[in-house]
Amino acid sequence: MNRYAWIALALLGLLAPFVVYPVFMMKLLCFGLFAAAFNLLLGYTGLLSFGHAAFFGGAAYVTGHLVKNVGLTPEVGVLAGTVFAGLLGWAVGSLAIRRQGIYFAMVTLALAQIVYFVALKLPFTGGEDGLQGIPRGLLFGLIDLNRVAMVGGNPLPLSLYYFIFALFCLGFWVIHRAIHSPFGQVLKAIRENEARAISLGYKVERFKLMAFVLSSALAGLAGSMKCLVFQLASLTDVNWHTSGEVVLMTLLGGVGTVLGPPAGAFTVVTLQSKLTMVGPWITVIIGGIFVVCVLLFRRGFIGELGRLLRRPL
Amino acid sequence: MSTHNPVPSERALADPILETKRLSKEFKGFAAVSDLNLKVERGHIHALIGPNGAGKTTVFNLLTKFLTPTTGTILFNGTDITREQPADIALRGVIRSFQISAVFPGLTPLENVRLALQRATKTSYHFWRSDRCLDRLDARAMELLDAVGLAEHSGGLTSELAYGRKRALEIATTLALEPELMLLDEPTQGMGAEDVEKITALVKQASAGRTILMVEHNLKVVETLADRITVLQRGSILAEGTYAEVSQDPQVLEAYLGSAHA
Repeated sequence: MNRYAWIALALLGLLAPFVVYPVFMMKLLCFGLFAAAFNLLLGYTGLLSFGHAAFFGGAAYVTGHLVKNVGLTPEVGVLAGTVFAGLLGWAVGSLAIRRQGIYFAMVTLALAQIVYFVALKLPFTGGEDGLQGIPRGLLFGLIDLNRVAMVGGNPLPLSLYYFIFALFCLGFWVIHRAIHSPFGQVLKAIRENEARAISLGYKVERFKLMAFVLSSALAGLAGSMKCLVFQLASLTDVNWHTSGEVVLMTLLGGVGTVLGPPAGAFTVVTLQSKLTMVGPWITVIIGGIFVVCVLLFRRGFIGELGRLLRRPL
Repeated sequence: MSTHNPVPSERALADPILETKRLSKEFKGFAAVSDLNLKVERGHIHALIGPNGAGKTTVFNLLTKFLTPTTGTILFNGTDITREQPADIALRGVIRSFQISAVFPGLTPLENVRLALQRATKTSYHFWRSDRCLDRLDARAMELLDAVGLAEHSGGLTSELAYGRKRALEIATTLALEPELMLLDEPTQGMGAEDVEKITALVKQASAGRTILMVEHNLKVVETLADRITVLQRGSILAEGTYAEVSQDPQVLEAYLGSAHA
């Protein structure tokens, strides 16, 4: 990826709300960041977490509660949600990294189910209904995120969109930087050959835990963003379906590629919204697409594209 | 000692870098290593040989902490390292290789060596820095690759290297850490004669200024390289000494060739 490609993508992001329905676009950004955060763990460390909804949804609840019931400003709410997800990730990760492979996945799933249960039972989470009507509030106490700009007769929530877009870029930049950092090099070494990484003197547990915390914090950032966009934090966000969906998005786009997971997330979310009229069959259709993609493009579609272009994407 | 006969050439070792005292490892009642008293002299190439199942790899895994001993102690430079973690041993300067080639297949050979050099930069937890800060290690990495004849293969994928070259890369990566003690687990296993010669030369070259303990099946390699040889059988020492001494030992001949020579 050269500089011009990045600039082009950024421009697309800046102009998107004038072309695409902004709330839909923001949903894409939230899930795109979620998948990219997940990929830091699966694609670059080789750890399959099956409980990432706990961080995504947990952060959404924390942000929602702080903004709605405590009255904090949205940026503080987002920050708190992200930090909460990071701390939760530290707790879950500390337990899970002691196991490998399927056992690692099972430990993360089990702990995420505990988070789901807590979200169902705690007094401030709204139980089955979730937290509804979360105000978007004033960014830094100044900018009203509910304000819409009239463009060509259409009301566009541009303040909110650019806030969300900025958060996405920030999160994505952190992930991109982490992948291409000295730390990222060690993560790749662990993914490639853990025993050898140990024998070179790397304490792989610490690296795995740090990757886990980074990944969960950024998944939390995505959840906090989603909570402001939809003004809702619900059990769906912490449900294990969401944990499974992010695996699917990442594999579809291309695990271990920079652009693959967001592209996979964009695809899945778009399909979900375009295919709402088919009702429950949507699961079957997306499942079918997933199977075909995994059989035909084992590296995910961005991964295969990168192979054709002979450069990592 | 579990041997009934006195071990030939039992001289006192002046300066052992590595020493095990009554080291044992049992797997569910099966003693893979029992009561092993091994001493490796500083500066030596020390070979560990023995028939299949003699416990050579288990000894290796015990020394590098990939396995925990049931009983006994391990001393490195006189310090008890029995309870340390594998990565701690590496930080002390004990670097091991593996029976199957230990490389990072999805990275380039240059990145493989750089990962070893990177450790000393203390930037390995820095996720906020660009990996371009590692570029300054490239020159040293290329030097190391050149020393093992891989300079022109530095950029491709490691998984595409021939087997002998992977092993050479492994040695270059290990040397990058400037280990005080190198543990090589069958460095010439599965190689053609030509590669065996190359690796033998590389090990000899690498031994300058450091100690090497190796498990090796190829007796010709052992004869060429080893200053001292320990023959293991059923987890304990059968014989010890130079190649000339060990190869004349009737017990060793029996273990290797059957009772015909007894």
